[in-house]
Amino acid sequence: MSVPQVELKNMTKRFGANLALNNVSLLIRSGTVHALLGENGAGKSTLVKCLVGFYHPDEGHIQVDGREHRLNSPKDADALGIGMVYQHFTLVPSMTVAQNLVVSGARLPAYINWQSELRRLAEVTKKLPFHVPLDVRVSQLSAGEKQKAEIVKQLYLGRKLLILDEPTSVLTPAEADEVLGHVRSLTRAGELSAILISHKFHEVRRFADDVTVLRRGASVRTGAVADLTDDALAEAMIGEPVSKIVQHAPKSPPKSDIILSISDLRVNGDNGLPAVKDLSLEVRAGEIVGIAGVSGNGQLELVEALMGQRDRSGTIAVSGSSFNGTRLEIARLGVYGLPQEPLKNACIDRMSLAENLALRNFDRVPLCRGIAMNYGALAEQAERLVAQFRVKAPSLTASMSTLSGGNVQRAVLARELTQDVRLLVASNPTFGLDFVACEETYRRIVEARNGGAAVLLISEDLDELLGLVDRVLVMSAGRIVHEVSAEGADKRVIGKYMAGMKAA
Amino acid sequence: MDPTSIGWLALPLAILGGAIRVSTPFIFVSIGELITEKSGRINLGLEGTLMLGAMAGYAISYLSGSPWLGVLSAGLAGMAFGFLHGLLCSVKRVNDTAIGISLIVLGTGLAFFLGKPLIEPKAPPLPSIALGFWSSVPQVRAALDVNALFFVGIALAFAVYVFLNRTGWGLMLRTVGDSEDAARALGFPVLRVRIIATMAGGFLAGIGGSFLSLSYPGSWSEGLSSGQGIMAVALVIFARWRSVNALGASLLFGGAGALGPALQGIGVTGYYYLFNAAPYILTLAIMVASTSRAAPFADAPGELKLHR
Repeated sequence: MSVPQVELKNMTKRFGANLALNNVSLLIRSGTVHALLGENGAGKSTLVKCLVGFYHPDEGHIQVDGREHRLNSPKDADALGIGMVYQHFTLVPSMTVAQNLVVSGARLPAYINWQSELRRLAEVTKKLPFHVPLDVRVSQLSAGEKQKAEIVKQLYLGRKLLILDEPTSVLTPAEADEVLGHVRSLTRAGELSAILISHKFHEVRRFADDVTVLRRGASVRTGAVADLTDDALAEAMIGEPVSKIVQHAPKSPPKSDIILSISDLRVNGDNGLPAVKDLSLEVRAGEIVGIAGVSGNGQLELVEALMGQRDRSGTIAVSGSSFNGTRLEIARLGVYGLPQEPLKNACIDRMSLAENLALRNFDRVPLCRGIAMNYGALAEQAERLVAQFRVKAPSLTASMSTLSGGNVQRAVLARELTQDVRLLVASNPTFGLDFVACEETYRRIVEARNGGAAVLLISEDLDELLGLVDRVLVMSAGRIVHEVSAEGADKRVIGKYMAGMKAA
Repeated sequence: MDPTSIGWLALPLAILGGAIRVSTPFIFVSIGELITEKSGRINLGLEGTLMLGAMAGYAISYLSGSPWLGVLSAGLAGMAFGFLHGLLCSVKRVNDTAIGISLIVLGTGLAFFLGKPLIEPKAPPLPSIALGFWSSVPQVRAALDVNALFFVGIALAFAVYVFLNRTGWGLMLRTVGDSEDAARALGFPVLRVRIIATMAGGFLAGIGGSFLSLSYPGSWSEGLSSGQGIMAVALVIFARWRSVNALGASLLFGGAGALGPALQGIGVTGYYYLFNAAPYILTLAIMVASTSRAAPFADAPGELKLHR
């Protein structure tokens, strides 16, 4: 079967009054990688979900090799050889890779003889450029292996058009190169076409042939990658000329006083096994220390232990006094945080915006009088913060869950950074945020640093990290395995440490 | 000495016999619940299903004269209840725990209401297989007088194991229960699979109920079930969602349940109620011991949630 040419024509999709796709056309030339760029909510997912049969466009149609097709369900997409690797993996965690492959086949076998089935699967997957163990439960695979297993599954199913949704967000740079490199060579060999959804320009530049930029449901720019500059792409994405907002503000050398001091920290993961092993680190006032690492190497456990959400052994001291994350210590020592997925981890989604803005100080004067709340003061504070941080919300009493992701983040920034911050712990603070909200988050973090706060920034996005920090620590398998100042940082070296390899 | 007097040996024999009898409904209900939970839903209503099955089985056996027809009708009644649960829970924002609890009340109430005229008459019971025929000791003969449904239950545990691990449909059921996203991406009919799994669970729970009224204790009364339907849910967790484990767990609970009567049988009458409480104490102890944050269950279906 040759690789078909797939074309989406004049696709329009409405969700209620919301126009998610507005007359978008897209041509994926046979044997090429076509990148889809756009901010969150620009319509990238909606578009590809139409292509795999999850959504049905209100207008427009899909052509494969010039013939029009109607895709009513993922099964129809299957039949055309179109498959998608989702950002949130769709392998079944409690089943082995082999079981996942079998269950994804077009026809479910009545009875499975695992011996002969495993032999057959090994035979088939041997020809693929990716290697994954077949008889291991998916829940025990690393993120990189899961990603590869997903792609193996698609290739095993004989897919000819592969849709990759932000595939490298969970991979080390080396893994990302490997995975996308293989996809690229498969397309070059004429065995595959691919759609690459990404927000990383360098990835698009290295691995894609064509690119289409979506903004607010419309296709605003399309063409060969080689013909478009990064600035042009960025401008198309956010709709206005971009100035590089994140700059390293002129920084004074970090002051000598150590704010955060962690020594011999040991923390267990959910599975009862050690996730953080004998970790020690220090963060000084006025510096941003970044922790790089692939997701699942103990960062989450480190942050939770630091914020008092998880049992630990070892000492954590802030400004010289022991810190266990009690409300009293937080206020006294000035420890604040920007967790990932702020709606889930930093807000109470059913409480109002004003109430969420008061979570840090509702129990202090002037927000309370004895045991009674002072709702006037609460509303006043909310009004002030909302204006200062430009939070857009239907009203102050609107429930938090009605706010967009960017505005939830602004609210959290407003709440956390207007306190007397001496230590800021930010964990993947821009995960899932749009361009503008990301930039704002970066700016506020740098401002906090310049104001003299110590910042510990944990991020899986190496580019983001290197753009912000003064010092990088690399975390792998629960330990700090590498330390380097921002000036001396080499992405390839860091990547090797992230992957658990000794630097060459 | 009387040759039929075997002294203290009577105790383990009585416990063995009791374990076989008491465990049989546990086996059916827990494996039924296991199938349902593997699809990502909890059916707490199996207690009600059990009572309905007991009543329906007894009624049909009485009316038709065939206890096996009674067993089948009990299964079908349970299946209908499972269908009701499955259907109601498929409506958006309906909570399966709440539906389950209301079905306990509905099932028990319905069984009491329809079963009023059945308290007096005697229905033909399920035949049992006299595996103790070789012995002249009455205690041995009594202990090894095993109901055929017990063997069906053992076969069922292994059959469900094979189904879940070695058939395409079994893998589909596990996919639906473990990751709804994955199931949808593969184009599986999630709701239909869950409804069918709940119906299968109800069918088995109904059969478990018919064992109560048609074999042991062997008559219809309103005090027939003593929480077996609820304890089966705990058993499934204890068995870590593995069918062969569920079989073992049922036998263990059956043995604990047989402790009180067995002791009474050999003349130990003190602490009768305390020994009768053994299975409940065991439930509590096992739940405390086996539920820990530090050790997640690899086989626990990912879609099992208390609220959705």
